[in-house]
Amino acid sequence: MSVMHRYVVEGAVVGYGRVPVVHGVELEVPTGQVSVIIGANACGKSTLLKAMARLLCPSQGAVTLDGQRIDKLPTRALARTLGLLPQSPIAPEGIAVADLVGRGRFPHQGYLRGWSSEDEEAVAEALEMMNIVDLSDRSVDELSGGQRQRVWIAMALAQRTDILLLDEPTTYLDIAHQVEILDLLSELNRTRQTTIVMVLHDINIAARYADRIFAMCNGRLIAQGPPAEIITEELMREVFSLDSVVISDPQSASPVVLPKTRVKHQPTDCDARDCTVTSAVDAA
Amino acid sequence: MSDALAILRQGRRRRWRRRLLVTGILVALALVLAAALLMLGNTIYPAQDVFRVIMGEKVTGASFAVGTLRLPRMIAAVLAGLAFGAAGAAFQTMLRNPLASPDIIGINSGCSAAAVTCILLFNMSGAAVSAISVLAGLAVAALIYLLAYGREGASGRLILMGIGVGALMDAVVSYMLLKGSEYDIPAAYRWLTGSLNAMRMDEMGSLAIAVAILLPLALVLARSLEAVELGDETAHALGARVERTRILLILCAVGLVAFATATTGPIAFVAFLSGPIASRLVGTGKPHILQAALVGAALVLAADLLGQFAFDTRFPVGVITGILGAPYLLVLLIRLNRKGSSL
Amino acid sequence: MPTADAAVNAASAALPAKPASPAPASFSARGRRRLAVGLGLLALLLAAAASLAVGAREVPLADVVRALFGSEPYSFSELAVRERMPRTVLALAAGVALGVSGALMQAVTRNPLADPGILGVNTGAALFVVAGLAFFGISSLGQYVWLALLGAFLTAVFVYAVSALGRGGSTPIKLALAGAAATAAFSSLISALLLPRIDVMNTFRFWMVGGVGGAEWESLLVIAPLLAMGLALGLAVTPALNALALGDEVAKGLGVRIGWLRLAAAAAGVMLCGAVTAVAGPIGFVGLMVPHAVRLLTGPDQRWIAMLSALYGAVLLTTADVIGRIVARPGELEVGIVTVIIGAPVFIAIVRRYRVREL
Repeated sequence: MSVMHRYVVEGAVVGYGRVPVVHGVELEVPTGQVSVIIGANACGKSTLLKAMARLLCPSQGAVTLDGQRIDKLPTRALARTLGLLPQSPIAPEGIAVADLVGRGRFPHQGYLRGWSSEDEEAVAEALEMMNIVDLSDRSVDELSGGQRQRVWIAMALAQRTDILLLDEPTTYLDIAHQVEILDLLSELNRTRQTTIVMVLHDINIAARYADRIFAMCNGRLIAQGPPAEIITEELMREVFSLDSVVISDPQSASPVVLPKTRVKHQPTDCDARDCTVTSAVDAA
Repeated sequence: MSDALAILRQGRRRRWRRRLLVTGILVALALVLAAALLMLGNTIYPAQDVFRVIMGEKVTGASFAVGTLRLPRMIAAVLAGLAFGAAGAAFQTMLRNPLASPDIIGINSGCSAAAVTCILLFNMSGAAVSAISVLAGLAVAALIYLLAYGREGASGRLILMGIGVGALMDAVVSYMLLKGSEYDIPAAYRWLTGSLNAMRMDEMGSLAIAVAILLPLALVLARSLEAVELGDETAHALGARVERTRILLILCAVGLVAFATATTGPIAFVAFLSGPIASRLVGTGKPHILQAALVGAALVLAADLLGQFAFDTRFPVGVITGILGAPYLLVLLIRLNRKGSSL
Repeated sequence: MPTADAAVNAASAALPAKPASPAPASFSARGRRRLAVGLGLLALLLAAAASLAVGAREVPLADVVRALFGSEPYSFSELAVRERMPRTVLALAAGVALGVSGALMQAVTRNPLADPGILGVNTGAALFVVAGLAFFGISSLGQYVWLALLGAFLTAVFVYAVSALGRGGSTPIKLALAGAAATAAFSSLISALLLPRIDVMNTFRFWMVGGVGGAEWESLLVIAPLLAMGLALGLAVTPALNALALGDEVAKGLGVRIGWLRLAAAAAGVMLCGAVTAVAGPIGFVGLMVPHAVRLLTGPDQRWIAMLSALYGAVLLTTADVIGRIVARPGELEVGIVTVIIGAPVFIAIVRRYRVREL
């Protein structure tokens, strides 16, 4: 159902003002798969995601979609292919769930074209996928954190994009709700081949749901590959300066990181020094 | 799927019906109030006399009182109400804050300061003052925008800059009033409290044209506002041109406010009150600039009726609307207390 | 909740984190404070002298000194100085009061934009005074000081309450907006009271722009006890305000009774600015600017901020008054206008300094 794309970050240097936070990242997003960007706090992973969504413009390098720089594409056209759910979106006070999800149809509407039956169907489908049809008349203000997050994801789904970027979609959620949201997203990936790229904090959750992991450290991409191949004790030390044991999950055979103890007052190994790519095994 | 579709259609139709109903009632209310404004006065004229005057017939007595005195007053009230209401709702929705209307964040003060300076310092009068006041309103808005612009998330800073610049403008007004000669003070006061007294038909032209152009433009922009309302990041992700929408909408709203202020003076709190009242009536879901404009018109008409006939002293309309603002603040306070939502 | 974080961030940005009991100040910090006090006192002396010397009739410094310490007025110059003395004293006292009041309000609300002008306190005081003039025929200063105080207090509580409700507590944006809205509403009420009463309007027109020109010893005597009480109370609570700067919960954990502390500090702040407003009319932005400037010199210790705000508040207000007399010759520019002209750009600079998330 979904069209395959070539979605590439080409040596992007991104920052706020003049201070670069991301230093020349090169990566190609595998389309039709789930990719997760991991890294320590303030390593530039959200900044990279924002550049990939065109919220920030790289000062050098570029982000391209099917060979075209995304900042050169018409905004609405891009928004029909590439969707983003930011970390803390803002719901207008008192808005009903159906109306908020309906806002996802914005890029499909013109100044003159009104609400169409295709819009209605897209919203209905998004609500069904997120199991929130019965909430559709409720006000977003009244919902719990988990429900609200599902509403936001439904809005992004109603946008019907081939690629969906999510910035920490599970923050503020307990473990059960995290799993619920990520299950829904991986189902979306399976049934519609939607390419998903997200930033996640929890390394074990990331390993469980990702087809491919991008590990960042100090604004650089230091490892990428399938979780089973690149999540190693060594990488954990490098990315989080964390001593750990990596075992295999008996259920899914995905790697599980068990922290040992924190290395004390030792700067991250790749601080300022060259960041060697540990195991850039490309299995794609 | 069909279930979900049915539920959605039903809900949407219900909300749409409510919107239509509210809009209809507001139009009717504004019409009734407008008619009352034409009929009431020192002499009360029956509806048919008023109708005949409007149709261009000569009616002894009524032609002057209704045609020359009351009709311009009513038209000014409607136009200014529409302008203030629409501009207020546009600002509040765009800045996501029910307190952030143009009259609170200093744009009216800019218009007033310029006008008062022209009158008291340069002894100007008439259309020149109005023109300069419109320009000053736009200039103050541009200044606020430039000061706030720069780093990410300009809306919050925009509000604070507006309040800072507004304080400066108010100081200019105070100074001018203090230094101005006693004879010019009444002319200047017209610019400080909105008033519909002594309106003339030929003064309506510029405001009518401004409302005719800018109000529809604001309604078209409301479409993009649906995305902008969700925060800059989401709006970008939805493909909205956030910056362009914001600038155009500010221009529209400031234009409306400036032209209305130039005609009637700053009618306090109409911009501030209309948006929240409209949103209570229609419920949220879509920006409600049109409904807010109608509420604004009804508010100004009603306040003018009250100001003229409810008290021993005739109060200008701006004083009445201003007093209405105080209890609204209290209502806002109580409502927020109950709901625990943010401003 | 992200909004709650933002509020806390705003607070900690205004008052950068520091331990509750101040660590032994490093030499450089102590040196800087001494320098600040020394320079402040010098500036105060100069400003006071200028305030006595400058005016429609220039007085040489020697005559100023002679007028101050001599027993009999010998010349017109010395008479002029004697005439100007209450004005100078009022400028100094008002500056001290507004500076301390601003420091207290910013500390209590943990909000960098708290200021009597922003909070709408001035307009509230004005409304009560006008109501007194219009309805109760109040004319003596002794009576309307109390009305102004009551108005100031009620307005401060009202505006703060409006801004503190809802998610995220009282953020600077909400506080500023609530203050602006209250100011607008009260201004309308004032117009409604004034319009039918031309007599009251003329008295009021001059009161509405803050000025110290009309100062008399008599009016100073009326507010002196209030200022003394407010200052004593305000300075007494500053050590506890250091704990409050770390947040309500931490302050409670440190054994501070925050309810009483808030009440005492707010009462002191309102007493100070209300008393000044009653005599001099609304003088904006002094309470906003001075604590911010002083904080750059002293760091976040509330005791130093309050004391130096008193000193530099007096310097600023007296200097502004002198400037007003110099730039608008032969007339003069009321001090309330000068402070707004200096203050609004400072306000804008403060707003630009903070990151949006903290607003």
